[in-house]
Amino acid sequence: MNLVPGLLYSKEHEWVKVEGNDAYVGITNYAQLQLGDIVYVEIPEVDDNIKKGEVLCTVESVKTAADVFSPLSGIITKVNEELDDEPEKVNEQPYEAWLAVITMSDLTQLDELLDEKAYAKYCEEEE
Amino acid sequence: MKKLIFEISQPGRSAFSLPPTLIKEQPLENYLPKELIRKESAPLPEVSEVDVIRHFTHLSQRNFGVDQGFYPLGSCTMKYNPKINEDIARLNGFVNVHPYQPYNTTQGALKALYHLELLLCEITGMDQMTLQPAAGAHGEMAGLMMIKAYHEAKSDHKRTKIICPDSAHGTNPASAAISGFDVVTVHSNDKGLVDINDLKELMDDQVAGLMLTNPNTLGLFEEEIMEIATIVHEKGGLLYYDGANANAILGKVRPGDMGFDVVHLNLHKTFSTPHGGGGPGSGPVGVKKELIPYLPIPIVKENNNEFYLSYNHPLTIGKIRSFYGNFSVLIKAYAYILTMGNKGLKEVSENAVLNANYVMSQIKDDFIVPFGTSCMHEFVLSGQLQKEKGASTLDMAKRLLDYGYHPPTIYFPLIVKEAMMIEPTETEGKETLDEFIKVMKDIVAEVDKNQSLVHNAPHTTVVKRLDEVMAARKPIVKYTP
Repeated sequence: MNLVPGLLYSKEHEWVKVEGNDAYVGITNYAQLQLGDIVYVEIPEVDDNIKKGEVLCTVESVKTAADVFSPLSGIITKVNEELDDEPEKVNEQPYEAWLAVITMSDLTQLDELLDEKAYAKYCEEEE
Repeated sequence: MKKLIFEISQPGRSAFSLPPTLIKEQPLENYLPKELIRKESAPLPEVSEVDVIRHFTHLSQRNFGVDQGFYPLGSCTMKYNPKINEDIARLNGFVNVHPYQPYNTTQGALKALYHLELLLCEITGMDQMTLQPAAGAHGEMAGLMMIKAYHEAKSDHKRTKIICPDSAHGTNPASAAISGFDVVTVHSNDKGLVDINDLKELMDDQVAGLMLTNPNTLGLFEEEIMEIATIVHEKGGLLYYDGANANAILGKVRPGDMGFDVVHLNLHKTFSTPHGGGGPGSGPVGVKKELIPYLPIPIVKENNNEFYLSYNHPLTIGKIRSFYGNFSVLIKAYAYILTMGNKGLKEVSENAVLNANYVMSQIKDDFIVPFGTSCMHEFVLSGQLQKEKGASTLDMAKRLLDYGYHPPTIYFPLIVKEAMMIEPTETEGKETLDEFIKVMKDIVAEVDKNQSLVHNAPHTTVVKRLDEVMAARKPIVKYTP
C-alpha cells in the first residue's frame, strides 16, 4: 500500500491535500492500480460549483471509465491541464498528478475523510 | 504483414475503363461552386482490379465471425445466423423496392413490417412497437426521449434523473446522459441483484425512470422485479427494459408483464441477424399504451387490409432515422421468428440457459464465481486466482485466440474484478462447449506451469499482442506515407 502521510483520503479512493482553504484532489495509488493504464482524463471546469459526492470528472483506462466523486464541496479554482496530454502521469505519480483544486466552502467536511492509517485499513477490507 | 493498399499503389494504375460516351464532358465548375472544388487530387491508392480483389479477400480472411468458430462474447448473443434469413431478405420484392414508391406498389414490404411489429409486441408484452431505431443504443435513446416526452406532456418538468444499476451495460448511463438526464447509480446487493433499499432511497419525484436489464449483466434474474416496478411506479417513474439479454427469457416471461413501460430489443442479438462487423443492427422499441402518442414516425398502419405509413402524430418525438429503419435486417428477424415458431423460440431460451449453466458447472471450480450457483443465458467468472499468480484476465483472453476462439467479454461488469463474461448461446452443440471447457482448463494449467505462454499470447495470430494503451493514448488514425 503506497500512501503519503499528511494527506486525507476518501472511501471513493481520492486523496486530498489541504493548503489553507484550498484542497488539491487526485486519485490514490490503489485507484490507479484498479483502473489500469489510464488513457484519458476529463479535465474539470474552472469556476464550477461542486458539492461533495458529485462527479468531479471521469477517468478512462483501457479497461473501464470511472467517475471521480468530489470528496469536498466548493468552487473549482484550478485544474491540471497537463493531464490532457499526459494522462499516464496519474499511473506514474498518483500523488503528484492532482486533478483539481477546490476552494472549500465547508471545512468541517475534512473531518469525514480518512487519515492514511484508516484508509489503508479500509483498502485491505475492500480486497 | 501484408502491405497496405496504399503501399501497393502505382501512379497511373487503375481498375476501371469507361466505355465511350455520347454525352459531352462538362467541367466540374459548371456544377459546383468553385470554393468546394479541391485543388489537389486526393491521395487515393491507384491499383488494378486484381489488387483490389486480393486486398479485400485478405481483409475478409482476417475477420473472425460466428461462421468460423465459437464466439462466447457475453451480453452480445453471438448466435449463429441461419442462412434462410439471408435468402428471404434477398427476395426480389424486398430488395428491389424504393422507399419513395407509392404505397400500393409496396404492400408486401409494409405488411411484413406491420406483422413483425405485432409479433414483437406479442413476444415482449407491449402495446405498440417502432422498428425505426438502427441499434440497441439508438433504441435506448428513442425510449428515453419518449419517457421525457411522456413526463413533459403532463407538465412534470422536475424529472431530471434516470437510475441505472452499477452492473448496467455502459450504454444505459451513456444514453441517459445524451438524452439530457442526470444519471444516478443504484447499487447491487451481495447476491448481485438490485439493492431494494438503495432503490427506495433514490426513488423520488425527480426520477424519470429506471433502466434495467433482466436478467442482469451477471446473468442473474432480478427476482424482485415486481417490487422494483412498484417502487418506481408509485413515485411516478417509468421502467425501461434493456433487451440485450432477452435471449434468456424469450417465450418464457415478457418484459411487459414484469411492469416495464418501454422495451428495446436487439434484433442482431436475440433474433439472429448479423452482429458486429456483419451488421447493421436494429433496435425496435416497444411501449405500453400510455406512451404510444410519443412513438417516432412514421408508423405502419393498416386500413381495410391496406398498409400505409402514418405521419400525423402531433405528440411524436419525431423522426429518428431516415426512411423505415434497417429494413433488410427487419426482414431477416421476421424470417427467423416465422422459421422458429412459437415452440422454437421457447427452445431458444431453454437451450441458451442450459448451455450457459453447463459451461459454468464445468469450469466454476477453476475460477471464482462471485455471484450465484446457477445462471441464466450467461455467467460471470473472476480471474482473481490467476491474477494473483501473475496472469490477468486479459492474458487469458489473448491466449484463447491461439486456440481459435473469440474471447469472452472481459473486465465487465465493472463490479467484478478480473471479470470474464461468457455467453455460449443456444446454437452451439455439446461437443463445441466441451472443447471450449477443455481449453479453459488447459489455460488455467498453463498459468501454473508455463505462464510465459499466456503472458505473451497470442502466438498464432497475424499480429501479436497489440499495445492497446499506446493505441488509446497516441492513436494514429490515418495513413501517412
